[in-house]
Amino acid sequence: MMLLDERGLRMHEYSVVQALLERVDAEAEARGATAVNRVQLRIGPLAGVEIDLLESAWQLCRIHTPCEEADLEIVRVKTRWTCPLCRRVIAIGGELRCDRCGIPAQLTEGDELVLERVELEVP
Amino acid sequence: MPVEIQENLLADNDRVARHNRVHFAQQGVLAVNLMGSPGSGKTAILEATARAVPERALGALSGDLATDNDASRLTAVGIRSKSITTGSACHLDARLVHDALHQFPWRELQLLFIENVGNLVCPAVYDLGQDVNVVVLSVTEGEDKPLKYPVMFLKADLVLLTKVDLLPHLPGIRIEVIERALAQTMPEPDLIPVSAVTGEGVDRWIEWLDARTKVLAAVGD
Repeated sequence: MMLLDERGLRMHEYSVVQALLERVDAEAEARGATAVNRVQLRIGPLAGVEIDLLESAWQLCRIHTPCEEADLEIVRVKTRWTCPLCRRVIAIGGELRCDRCGIPAQLTEGDELVLERVELEVP
Repeated sequence: MPVEIQENLLADNDRVARHNRVHFAQQGVLAVNLMGSPGSGKTAILEATARAVPERALGALSGDLATDNDASRLTAVGIRSKSITTGSACHLDARLVHDALHQFPWRELQLLFIENVGNLVCPAVYDLGQDVNVVVLSVTEGEDKPLKYPVMFLKADLVLLTKVDLLPHLPGIRIEVIERALAQTMPEPDLIPVSAVTGEGVDRWIEWLDARTKVLAAVGD
């Protein structure tokens, strides 16, 4: 099974999806929704989750939850390092420093793992 | 009905992590999240640390899949330790650490090591409430590990390059190449070469911990 690694361990994408389903479930219940139509996430390459594994975990875990019929949309963002002083973008693949200001770069985009919005069926 | 949420998916974990962090700061205990591959030498470096500073109150929570071997090894060298059996989970999370703290005399410690499950992927995603992240990388793992596992190294405050006593037998492994790879993944790369066998670098490691403890004390005042 894809969600297990070579040692038979559950990949953490499974835990991330569990947390997602609980959060959406709570939102649906608080608003008296009868179903969830759509879930939108924003994920960066440095979030530490594999999107393929996350989607597999989603397919598996949402059965018998309010998300059973929901569409999952994942907005992928790119990694962006910038100089905190001069705001210049620092190229990936080299040293993560601003050679003009001589200071370490700052990750300004790319580690997002965010539940952006849900669409609920509210009677 | 569309509902805006804009919340981190690990918000629950992060809340518990903040709670842990406040406790550590109030007590002035430096909490070190020790991460690395299986067999990278996490337990060995803790043993070497205990031998170098036997007068210190050291403690460790060891994330272990099924056994409590690591905790037993640490207890043998005078580190108060407790294992957290994670079963089939590939990482520790803030709640597992929090629950373990309730059954562990961590307030009596100067340094608390949280030895994470051996894995270079999943542990990086979960904040435990630690003050510092230390990644243990052994010279036998290859020069390009930082490029293969950027998330882990991105989160590191320090990389301990272990088993450097083996370098004479590993002609293909150059420390400067590892340093170059680190500079591409860590904005403030910091690497200490160590050997648990010869004791090389252990003094620098202790100095690094001392410096971080001072920072913690300054923030706590």
